[in-house]
Order: sequence, then structure tokens, then C-alpha cells
Amino acid sequence: MNVRTIFRFPTAVTLGLLLALAAALSSQTPAPPSLTVLSKDGRRAIPIAIVGDQEFVGLDDLVTMFQLTLREDALGAITVGYKGKTILLTPDQALASVSGRLVSLPAPPSRSGRRWLVPEEFVSRALTLIYDQRLDLRKPSRLLVVGDVRVPRIAVRYEPVAANAGRLTIDATPRTLSTVTQEADHLTVKFDADALDAPNPLLPPPPAQSLVTGVRFVDATTLAIDLGARFAGFRSTSLPMETTLRLVLDILAQAQTETPAQPAPTPAPGQPQPGPPEIPPAFGQSSSVIHTIAVDAGHGGDDDGVRTAEGVKEKDLALAIARRVRAIVEARLGLRVLLTRDDDRNVPMDERASLANNNKADLFISVHANGSMRPTTSGAAIYCAAFDKDAAQSAAAGGTERLPTFGGGLRDIEMVPWDLAQTRHLAQSEGFAEMLQQQFRDHVPLASRPIDRAPLRVLESANMPAVLIELGYLTNPEQAKLLTGDAFQNTAAQAIFDAIVRFRDTLPPGGTAR
Amino acid sequence: MSSRRLLTIGAVTIVALAAIALVLLRAPRLSSRATATPRAAAAPPPTVPAPPGRKIKARLFYVADDGTRLASVERDIAYGDGATAQAREIVAAQIAAVATPVVSAVPAGTALRAVFLTEGGEAYVDLSREVVSAHPGGTLNELLTVYTIVNALTVNLPAVTAVQLLVDGKEVETLAGHVDLRHPLAKNLSWVQ
Repeated sequence: MNVRTIFRFPTAVTLGLLLALAAALSSQTPAPPSLTVLSKDGRRAIPIAIVGDQEFVGLDDLVTMFQLTLREDALGAITVGYKGKTILLTPDQALASVSGRLVSLPAPPSRSGRRWLVPEEFVSRALTLIYDQRLDLRKPSRLLVVGDVRVPRIAVRYEPVAANAGRLTIDATPRTLSTVTQEADHLTVKFDADALDAPNPLLPPPPAQSLVTGVRFVDATTLAIDLGARFAGFRSTSLPMETTLRLVLDILAQAQTETPAQPAPTPAPGQPQPGPPEIPPAFGQSSSVIHTIAVDAGHGGDDDGVRTAEGVKEKDLALAIARRVRAIVEARLGLRVLLTRDDDRNVPMDERASLANNNKADLFISVHANGSMRPTTSGAAIYCAAFDKDAAQSAAAGGTERLPTFGGGLRDIEMVPWDLAQTRHLAQSEGFAEMLQQQFRDHVPLASRPIDRAPLRVLESANMPAVLIELGYLTNPEQAKLLTGDAFQNTAAQAIFDAIVRFRDTLPPGGTAR
Repeated sequence: MSSRRLLTIGAVTIVALAAIALVLLRAPRLSSRATATPRAAAAPPPTVPAPPGRKIKARLFYVADDGTRLASVERDIAYGDGATAQAREIVAAQIAAVATPVVSAVPAGTALRAVFLTEGGEAYVDLSREVVSAHPGGTLNELLTVYTIVNALTVNLPAVTAVQLLVDGKEVETLAGHVDLRHPLAKNLSWVQ
């Protein structure tokens, strides 16, 4: 035995001992697998037994969970009953007779001591046929959803898009609304669901220096996206697909990557926070063709608009939503957003349009809440301006005048009648209304006829694409409750933001909305 | 001067005096004609009382069950002698109080002050201030209020092609902050089911 051998022996022994210890520890660490049962009553677990490569559950556990009856006869046949209906199981057969109908199982029932075990598929193939609530078995996530519980499947992906940007995609199937908010060092995505069916881990560990450092659960319906030090801002877009609602979060890095990032200030509770002022332009756009957006909070001052018996006023709701839209658009797109009023005051109609016209706004969005003589009327509606034929023709005929300019000389100035300015933008206004409708579809309850045209005073003089949004009916008590909630207001503002992004993306490069 | 010439001067003078007398006697009627464009029919009472009990059928508009549109209903209303009087009867019937389950889009308490018709087919409907002060608000509500009156006149009176609402005798921008009322509005049945 030479020196090298002497050292090799103890090393091998040590490694072996460590491996044995690790194996012993690892055999103790993992919790026994279980099937999570989600119902209106809450979350419960049924232990899973693995026989061969098949997952089984105890029949007695199912009996307790679903108030079944269990009977075993002298020949060994097992009868499972529920409200007069029966399932017959035979110990050596991978079949079940459900009220006389045969269904196959991946394995026959198996006895374990005094208990009977059945494959998990017994629930989804046999028990579901006699049970009076939907039983949705999701094997990959070991989840059993009972009844009308909203548990969307969640899939998360992250990919770097460029040196200073990344894209996080979260698919929710079936389509499920979500609200994104920014905290100090992470984003939270809260889903309108009872629970989430998501893989563990949600996302493979991203590479070092990534803009997203991880995705984790905050609670049963909320995800947190941890952000790297280079994070500067984000933009979220919702894309409805066939059965999935895709949330795309474009994460943007600071331009000066070598400078250590300063932690973002903690936002005030309930207030959307504007992002850093130097947020770069959004993805795919070398330069935005939209620079300014005018958001008009309807009514104000002594004009309450619609008022509920509880004292909710349309003017306050409109201002709250307008402010949220401004916060999101300024933070994520870096655009200038003008509010026609930022406090509770009366603003004349012409002043609202002139603020937008004089500041060369590219889009005019008037925010309102509706009222109906019928208390059950509900849903959001988007209005575009309507003109009679004579007015439209008169505006189309238009005309130019040669006028003197400062510094001498003459210039042809296009003359647009103030009250007919909107006629030139009707097609784009209606296009934007369509985009709003699409973005609302999965977020904001829509009226039976979501888009209408009407001779609305505030839109007629707007010399840019313009719409008036009625977010819902304050005269409907349920809608009034919804509209005044933080969650709805954030969701509505997000949907308006998404429509603005889509509208911008439809404009030709270097083009303009005006 | 010959007697024949004197006779001629006398005859011309008599004819001239007769003509002046005729003009003076007819002056009030000509004056009333001049102010009859637009013709006004203050309400109440009608300028020409209808024979008692005489009725015509008219389509009136009320809020449909779903609340988002108007539904038209055929009703017997008082006959009015002439377009202006008939327009007044139609609007009066349209804004009259209704019993549940019928719901009117015109605020309760709104009164008709006057109806004017122009020869161009435009009707001016002057309503009392309650149409603004008692209005519950909302774009849809306002649209339904406006088109209740506009459609009631344009549907039932072919001579009326557009309607402008006035409040307390004055032109208004809107009733509740949405619908432009600075111009007469044409019939629009897209607000009717």
C-alpha cells in the first residue's frame, strides 16, 4: 500500500458515508405524496400510495371525503355507492361497472392491509359519473378540483429579449383575469381565482444578472416576480387566446447597466406608482408615434354625474380611474398624460377638448360611469362621436386658407370647424374603440352592445382619435360595488393601458394618430 | 280744371282711401302670419282646441326591459288641429307620467312649455327645467331621454325631420353632460329595439 492508496481509502469511505447519510436524510426529507382536493369547503389532502409506477388513493379516504358508501361482499366484489348510484369493482380486474356501464382503469384495485386502494383515475373515470359535482383530476399537479372552483392552470416562461430587456409570459387556462402591481423589489400578479394549478418550481432558476431572479407563490392566488438589481420598469399586456389568457410582462433594464441600481421607493398602499422617469421606449418601437394622451375625467364640481343612494358619485369614480390610467401610462410607456381635471372642479366642455387640441394630444379618452332607468342594466360601453351627414360632408369639404406667418411669408392653413374636428378621426376612433372592447372582454364586464355612436358633446371637438368610456352602471347596485373597488379600478386602468399599447402598435412607423 | 278731371281725381282718392282702410283692417292678420314662422303653440292650452274625444294613434317610446334601448308602443293620443298642435299633443302624451311597469326616459315632473315648428321641418321642444334638474345622469340615460322626444315627433309627424330640445326657453349644450343639444337632431331608430 503506497501513500496514495492510504489516502484513497479514507476518502472513499468518507464519500460513501456522506452518500449514505445524504440518502438517509433524503429518504426522510420529502413529504409523502398526496392528492390535494380543492372545493368550496377548502383544501384537503388525500395520501397517495405508489404501487409499481401507479398512483393509488385509499378507497376509505374517498368514502370519507365524498360521503360514499362502501360494501364488500363474500366474493370480494366492492360496491361504492352515492345517492342510490353504484360503482362495482372487482379486485383482479382493471375495470369498474358504473351503474351498469363499464369503464377501464389503469390498474385493478389493490389491497393494502385492511384497506382497498384504487388508482387515482377511479375518481375521474368512475366516481365522477355518479357524483353530483364536477370532479376534475389534474394528475401532473396532483390536484382534484371539486365543483365550480376556479383553479386555472398556470405556465410561466422567461426569456431575455435583448441585453436590457426580458419578457415573462404567464399563461392562465382557462382565461383568468389578473392584476399586476409593483412593489419595492418585485411585481405581484394576483389572479381572480380560488387557487392556482401551477408547477413547482414555477420557473427554472434564471441565469445570473437576469432581470427576473425568480417567480414564487405569495398566497394561493398570487405570484411574486422577483426583480434583479437592473430592473427599471415594466409593461404588461394581456393577450386573449383560444382558452388561455396570456399575460406578457416586458421587463426593462436601466440604460446604465454598470451603475448599481438604487432600490425603488416603497409605493404608498393602494396607489399605482409611476416608474423611473428614464424608462426606455417600449418593445419593438424605436420611437413611439404617440407622445401625449388626454384623459378626461367626466363631470366634476357641482356636476356629480350619476349618483347612487349610497352617495357614490360618477365624478369621483371617473377621476380615480383617470389618475390610475395616467400613472400606468406614464410609468410604463413614458408618455405624457394630461388630465382635463385633476381635482373636483367643473370644466366646460370646450375647455376639455381644447386642452387636448392645444397640447396636440394623440388620443383623447373620456372616462365616465353610466346610468340607466332600469336597475339591472349592466356592462361597460365605449362611445364614438356621431355626426349627421351634412356635418360630415361639410367637414370633409374643409378648405385651406393662405395666412401670414410670423417672420413673413404665407402658409396654407387647413381650416377645421371646431365642432366638427372629430369627423376626420372617426375611423381611428372606432378602431381604438374595438381595441378597448377586446381588452375589456376578459377584464371588464361589457354591455350587450359594447360600442355605440352618439352625438357626444365632449368628443366632437377633439382633433384626434377620441372615445368616451362608460365603465359600468352605477344605477346597478352590484355594478356600483364593483366599480368602486380597487381591484376593478386597477383592472380597468390596465385594460385601457393595454388598448393604448395596441393602438400605438397599429400606427405605421413614424406615423401619428393625429 | 274740367269737371271730368275733378271726377277722376275724386275716384282715385276714394280708391286710395279704400285701399288704406283695407290695409289697416288686415294688418293684424298679416302680423300674426309673420310671427307664425316658426309657429308657436304654447302649452297649455292648445291654440285650436281639438274636438272633445277625438283621438289619433301615435307611437310613443319608453325604456325597454333591458334598459339599453327604447321600446315603441302604439297609444291613442288627443288629436291636434294642424302640425304644431299635433306635435304638442304628441310630446305632452310622451312626457306624461306613466305607471309601472312602464318606465319613461323623461324625468318625472318635466313639463312641456311650448313646441315650435319651422317650415324647414325642424321642431323646437321647450321643456321645463326638471328635464335637467331631475335627470339621473349617465350617457345612456341622456341618449334615451333625448331620442324619446326626437323619435316621438319624427316618427309620428313626417313633416318633422329634426328636433332640438330647449330648456326653460333657452338653448342648452346638454341635459346631463353628454349629448350635444346645440343643433336639431334627426330621427335615430338605432336607439329603439
